[in-house]
Amino acid sequence: MYTASDLRKGLKIEMDGQPCVITDFQFVKPGKGQALYRCKIKNLITGSTVDKTYRAVEKIDKPNLEERDLVYSYQDGEQYVFLDSTTYEQLHLGPDILGDQRFFLVEDMEVQILFHNNNPIEITLPFFVEKEIVETEPGARGDTATNVQKPAKIDNGYELQVPIFINQGDRVRIDTRTGKYSDRVSKGF
Amino acid sequence: MADSTRILAEKSAALLIRAAVTKAIRDFFDAQGFLAVDTPVRLRAPALERHIDAEPSGSLFLRTSPELHMKQLLAAGYDRIYQLGPCFRRGEQGRLHHPEYTMLEWYRSNADYRDILNDTIALVRAIQRALSQSSRDTFSAHSPGNTEVAPPAHIAKSEGLQESSGGTRSVASSENKQGSIGGWHQAEPLQWQQQSIRLQDEWLQMTVQEAFQKWAGWDPVSDYDADRFDLDLIEKVEPALAREQTPVILMDYPAPAAALARRKPDQPEVAERWELYIGGIEIANAYSELTNVEEQRARFEQCAKEREAAGLTVYPLDEAFLEALPHMPPSGGIALGVDRLVMLFADCATLADITAFLE
Repeated sequence: MYTASDLRKGLKIEMDGQPCVITDFQFVKPGKGQALYRCKIKNLITGSTVDKTYRAVEKIDKPNLEERDLVYSYQDGEQYVFLDSTTYEQLHLGPDILGDQRFFLVEDMEVQILFHNNNPIEITLPFFVEKEIVETEPGARGDTATNVQKPAKIDNGYELQVPIFINQGDRVRIDTRTGKYSDRVSKGF
Repeated sequence: MADSTRILAEKSAALLIRAAVTKAIRDFFDAQGFLAVDTPVRLRAPALERHIDAEPSGSLFLRTSPELHMKQLLAAGYDRIYQLGPCFRRGEQGRLHHPEYTMLEWYRSNADYRDILNDTIALVRAIQRALSQSSRDTFSAHSPGNTEVAPPAHIAKSEGLQESSGGTRSVASSENKQGSIGGWHQAEPLQWQQQSIRLQDEWLQMTVQEAFQKWAGWDPVSDYDADRFDLDLIEKVEPALAREQTPVILMDYPAPAAALARRKPDQPEVAERWELYIGGIEIANAYSELTNVEEQRARFEQCAKEREAAGLTVYPLDEAFLEALPHMPPSGGIALGVDRLVMLFADCATLADITAFLE
């Protein structure tokens, strides 16, 4: 159990049986009144946010969270299969948990998966992933200095904006936290 | 440059405003014939309040307020007194709280909380005027933009900080506004964090009962609930006060929340206490002071019981204060958080932004 004085931004707590994270925290104390802790709390499963005020005497549940390192293995229809390299257990995750992160998976990529009461709730990929551009308008030379961008697609159909000089066949680095183009790794042939 | 040095340099605009605010406060009270007093910072017996904890200092405590000493001065015949200095409250840390902070208290004999309200309105307006008038002299002499003084290059970095803040900008870039002394027109609203607050217009006054009925949907005077009162005050009432275009005075607190205020003679279920809110932020707390020694002792003893039951330190009763109290004339008094006021005038969001050092 946590007490109210443990509360801080980023702390993971359990509220109504759901794993949550405190996204905003403020100590308040009305004139001559009691100390109160105003929090914005985000549900880690649904993503919804609520405001809640705790009194100094209140107890807050700790969530049973565990982070495990798994390796991405292969795609099976809508499911993505990960392997626990110590137990050799397989874990199947769908787009509900993976979201757009599924587009950035690469075979043998090591990922962190967060479990709440042994249920997977969140995945964290390496910050950058390399992908080949499979479709984009031909690049324009001599325009590397401007910020003009154009749409491009990677192998699994994910579309992103890239600089005008990027060509089909180029390998680029994508920031998995934002899903945006980062830089060019190598030119295609 | 070390980070801490750079951060200090970037606070220059706020620190100039802090200095100008404290000077304006002293000038205001000196001009009105108030006596500046200094009372002990280390106390044997801090005032007993249910939710205010004193920081131990050796065998004594750091003061949470100079109130009990200042009232002894009132009892001795000093009829108008003020004090500006540090106070300490254990465990209070946040955007609007720091365990060490600057408090302004002033007291008037043969006066009540309404007289103190008149002082407060005049003081806040005088501070705004002083900031506008001192902008040409003080701010241009010290401010980073002044080329004659040739400030160190690192100080010049804080220029960006000034330009991004509304109230500060008005003070600092003094040259280009019409019809004003030093660039900040006296009637111009205070700009604080995208809010515009008209200090020079008539301030909104409402009773605590009205505010709770309007925004929280219940009457804390007829049916007081301390826990619900605190929660609804911060969740419902204060956010509503933040939307007002002028400062707000919340008046006449339920008697159980009287602290050291006297009950209203014709309405004993409320106490003659008000709080000033500017931009939804609590700035000051004023009373018609309780002078009835039996009632004062009973309130302290009740509070001691509650603190003991909650496992909190129980401070000894200040017997010197209780002995002096029967000699104290009817008086009005107030405690005002100077740091928060500076924060508003400097258009900063946190106390950390306007305080040079935070230990």
